[in-house]
Amino acid sequence: MWSSGRVPGTLADSVNQPNVTGFESIVQRVGELPEALRGLQDVLLANLAMIAEIPAPTFAEAARAAFVQERFAELGYSECSMDEVGNVAGVLPGSENGTADRNILLVAHTDTPVAATVDHTVMVQPERVIGPSVAENSLGLAVVASLPAVLERLGLTLRSTVLGLACSRGLGRGNLEGVRFFLDHAKLPLQFGLCVEGVQLGRLSYTSIGMIRGEITCEVPEEYDWSRFGAGGAISTLNDIITRMLEIPTPDRPRTAIVLGRIDGGTSASTIATRAALQFEVRSESGATVRQLLQNIHEIIEEVSSQTGADIGLHIFARRRPGGIAFTHPLVRRTRRVMQSLALTPRLSPSTSELSAFIDQGVPAVTVGLTSGEALGQRNEAVRIAPIYTGLAQLLGIVLAMDGGYCE
Amino acid sequence: MSWLASNTFHHGQFDLAELERRKRQAGVSISLCIPTLNEERTIGKAIVVLKSELMDRHRLLDEIAVIDSGSDDATREVARAFGADVYPAAEILPECGHHRGKGENLWKAIYQLSGDIIVYVDADIRNIHPRFVYGLVGPLLNMPEVSYVKAFYDRPLAESGRLRPSGGGRVTEILIRPLFSLFFPELSALIQPLSGEYAVRREVLEQIPFPVGYGVETSHLIDVYHRWGMGAFAQTDLDRRIHTNQATDALGRMAFGILQTFLQRIDSLEIIGDLPALNTTLYQFMVDQGRHEETAHDIRIVERPPMIEIPAYRTKMELASESR
Repeated sequence: MWSSGRVPGTLADSVNQPNVTGFESIVQRVGELPEALRGLQDVLLANLAMIAEIPAPTFAEAARAAFVQERFAELGYSECSMDEVGNVAGVLPGSENGTADRNILLVAHTDTPVAATVDHTVMVQPERVIGPSVAENSLGLAVVASLPAVLERLGLTLRSTVLGLACSRGLGRGNLEGVRFFLDHAKLPLQFGLCVEGVQLGRLSYTSIGMIRGEITCEVPEEYDWSRFGAGGAISTLNDIITRMLEIPTPDRPRTAIVLGRIDGGTSASTIATRAALQFEVRSESGATVRQLLQNIHEIIEEVSSQTGADIGLHIFARRRPGGIAFTHPLVRRTRRVMQSLALTPRLSPSTSELSAFIDQGVPAVTVGLTSGEALGQRNEAVRIAPIYTGLAQLLGIVLAMDGGYCE
Repeated sequence: MSWLASNTFHHGQFDLAELERRKRQAGVSISLCIPTLNEERTIGKAIVVLKSELMDRHRLLDEIAVIDSGSDDATREVARAFGADVYPAAEILPECGHHRGKGENLWKAIYQLSGDIIVYVDADIRNIHPRFVYGLVGPLLNMPEVSYVKAFYDRPLAESGRLRPSGGGRVTEILIRPLFSLFFPELSALIQPLSGEYAVRREVLEQIPFPVGYGVETSHLIDVYHRWGMGAFAQTDLDRRIHTNQATDALGRMAFGILQTFLQRIDSLEIIGDLPALNTTLYQFMVDQGRHEETAHDIRIVERPPMIEIPAYRTKMELASESR
């Protein structure tokens, strides 16, 4: 077992000595990593707890970003900086003194879906860590922040330059603004991207589905005329829209869905609602299908609006284009092999997260999860500690494969 | 320069790497004591965060010890799981008997722990951070004349950007500060005299008595002030401390115990004339369906003598038979 410091004769040597390099040697040694990584429990959990306790709802991530910037510098990243949209980036220079021909970007989003008013206290138990946002995505962020300490502990040096990025404004209305901004303005050409999510261990995403995410708002005048059509008020009118949206045919191939995610409206049981809103998502493997369904929704809104006189608005606040790399791409192939070496069965699923931004830029990238979690999205959201070491070993295996030139 | 200006710090003034260097230079060891009673919800995080930052990444702490009062929950198991040394208070100095109370744990820590400096941090802090330790150790490593560093915290509920009052909790502002202002005006400069976090040099800790329950902080301040003067103190702003607030009736019992300790001190220091025997029962009231019911709480102050007077401690520390 590796307890501390650099351990000779292990992964570090096999990947750092040219005569024994080879993807299979990486795969063989990755299996030893989870045990060695247990020695990093304190730094991983400390970072997780401290990060997760700082509220970071989308567009209000500044406090968490400032803390992460501090941690990046303390834990060994160089050139730590925060850009104008709140991304925090740090650099781990490759062993070739800046002449490395590969640059790898590790990404985790800083923002969370949890309101700042929620109690963010984290509880650390022997088996799990519990608290709002520990899975989404404080754990991913903690692992990206801890990477220099992990590499140092294992005595690993990479030829490639690794950039760690805590990106802002990823979720919901953030529409991946942070990672898109970084990719648009990155000074270094990027060869690979690796998106790190807290859960679930075993997930593997290498494609993005087409998606639009939007809100339909419906308003009626305060003094509503009971004699008019739609006298039920804003909720009734919105209900009419929902009924018609559910009648839109969605094809099985390409796989397509309309998700009705959230509804708000009204003030009390006895008051006719003057405002109601629906947040929804249309997702499909085909961009043309997404556009067609959006056109259908526009027409429904126009029709209901003209029939009721209600003021109905449609605001699209997030978009993704479908795309990605092939199942047979060397990056996907190597990632699956690394996961299998750790007894993980890859669960393939398209993503709408940071991966989409890499796809738009034509940078090969995958998204993986770190551990298993429970009560996701709730205040008692939890991540299990023991699988984190497997998740982290998987991540290191992928980085080493990228670094070794086995993913091109 | 006033004591308030010269001996009041903010944790942001201390750099961990620099403190680590000063500690090495001074050749001192530092122990962290976390007194616990049923703290399974918070103890794991406290140990992970403090151990990771202050023992693994920086060598500021030499040991982290949990002194437990006899928790019914999994406090001791959780603490051990994350690598803390765990000691049931009842098993330390068994020949001296056992009392249940935070002060008992703090007193027994002097015997059990090895540090030249002992930092006491409560386990119920929900936003635990390394600053809760290094902010208190900083003045001790930078100022040899300082022996006792108290924490204070900002307690804003809302800020308008205007000047706002700062200070302690209800017991501090209603009881302690008025008493200090009357009898020990210099001690009024301590912004939160009852805060549960402090760092102290062993040579001071071993020479002061410890009430085992309410009043340990108050008695410390009076005893250290009386013996070493105001210059022995410093205080550090640790920003926010999030914890569970106590109910008013619990604060009433705390105030009653503190007042007993305080009166005993001013009596023994002959600041006022002889006090009559003090009643040790506090009466409080509950309302049940419109009927008031009286509840009596017997609160007696048990006090541990200075540790240096305990023979087992003198043997352990290899002290000569007379006081040093």
